[in-house]
Amino acid sequence: MLIVAAFADFMQQVVSGLAAGGVYALLALALVIIHRSTGVINFAQGEMATLSTYIAWNLTVNHGWSYWPAFVATLAISFVGGVGIHRVVIRPVERGNVLRIVIVTIGLLVGINGFVIWKWGGEPQQLQSPFGTNTYDVGGVVIAANDIGTIAVALAIVVLLWALFQFTKVGLALRAAAVNPEEARLVGVRVTWMLALGWGLAALLGAVAGMLTAPAVGLDPNMMAPVLIYAFAAAILGGIDSPLGAVVGGLVLGVLLNMLSYLSQYGAFDWFTEELRLPTALLIILVVLLVRPQGIFGRPEMKRV
Amino acid sequence: MRTLLELDGVAARYGPVQALRDVSLVVREGEIVAVLGANGAGKTTTLRAISGTVSWSGAIELDGKQLKGGPERSARAGIAHVPEGRGTFVELTVTENLKLGAYTRRDRSVKADVARIAEYFPWMVERGGQRAGTLSGGEQQMLALGRALMGRPRLLLLDEPSLGLAPMIVREFFRIVRELNEKEGLTVLVVEQDARIALNASRRAYVLEVGRVALTGTSDELRGDESVRRSYLGY
Repeated sequence: MLIVAAFADFMQQVVSGLAAGGVYALLALALVIIHRSTGVINFAQGEMATLSTYIAWNLTVNHGWSYWPAFVATLAISFVGGVGIHRVVIRPVERGNVLRIVIVTIGLLVGINGFVIWKWGGEPQQLQSPFGTNTYDVGGVVIAANDIGTIAVALAIVVLLWALFQFTKVGLALRAAAVNPEEARLVGVRVTWMLALGWGLAALLGAVAGMLTAPAVGLDPNMMAPVLIYAFAAAILGGIDSPLGAVVGGLVLGVLLNMLSYLSQYGAFDWFTEELRLPTALLIILVVLLVRPQGIFGRPEMKRV
Repeated sequence: MRTLLELDGVAARYGPVQALRDVSLVVREGEIVAVLGANGAGKTTTLRAISGTVSWSGAIELDGKQLKGGPERSARAGIAHVPEGRGTFVELTVTENLKLGAYTRRDRSVKADVARIAEYFPWMVERGGQRAGTLSGGEQQMLALGRALMGRPRLLLLDEPSLGLAPMIVREFFRIVRELNEKEGLTVLVVEQDARIALNASRRAYVLEVGRVALTGTSDELRGDESVRRSYLGY
């Protein structure tokens, strides 16, 4: 009986790990998109997602919208906001030292965080899960509807984005502008608009990640800070320039962290507690950077001489 | 023949370096024109001024209309620039490179054009899924040409296509350029250090020296010119 219970528990941890990992994957994907085009880590990615989530919460709670219309509206607002951020704040500093862009993204982080607290206050709010709080019993394995919904939404977004990049003209132009901007200009691609579009897509991905995170942890101005660290770890693990790596890295990280919790319940790694999840992510970042800096799916950086 | 491209007193600088001082040249429709000169004479900068990748002063007209603005505008005006050192997206596939060549076009005949390109380069269809970075140097140069053709350019700019390629591949490259010129009336402005190849392929040529046009004439005339022979042909 113990083995059966242990197996059910194991499967539960896998499912909830995939749900958490799906969220990490979305935010990691946002980081990868911006890193490929603008060449920096966007430190404001988490706060942008938080702001988006507050917009969704505001629409549902204060304006009486139902969830899915608010979800779609939030995606649209976030996309436009992301494009706007690139046009207004990033583009003026884009040429020249990378450090300048990094500092601007840190400024954005602080600025957006301050704005959210100023506008909606610092106390936690509740954003409803669109999937309800039901659980299903599948052969002894208890699965939360919210987990399944989260996995489904994350998967759908990833597939849609992949199709956009792979099969559309604008997707091809986005990739061309990211890998070789000068060459892209020569074939007539409006590169600065493509970079802005990348920021829009990253903001949109962040919005989804935020809206999927809030029901589980509660909506507050700092809720995405740990998620951003997990997303860093996922992106570094998969390869900071690899979209596929970001997705796989996110899922692996989500399941791995849950496995450590699971094993600690059954005696192995019994020193592992919830408090060690974040430090574990940081440890993964460090180890990957030392051992395989390009990540699992990344190609080693080649410099032309 | 109608004048397609006209440069009048074009100057350009990179910071403190004056790369072009006073370049005036004409390319007529259906011509292959070569620009010769030593390293640093301003050959590449001339092409970069035409495609808008360097800022310049003076006048550049395509078909009587002033060219202004960056490379996106020049591309939309019908100028295809194959830059020095292969102009391919190494991370993208052969097919994707070709599609990008047709990026500015709004019509639906892009597929038909891939077939047209395949007449000249059959391997580009067979190996359409291969990453451009895994092609040989010669294949990448051919792909850059194929991609430029996908835009149905009014003017093709070639920058040092022979650079780093085996003589046999260079000959094949110029054979195709000439065939395109004869069959389809493609207008070409080619910059080359290898004067012999350039003069053989072109109808007329300009010789640049420190940012100025030092000499111009038909390619046959220039081949016979004593100073050109000594400085650029080496005999």
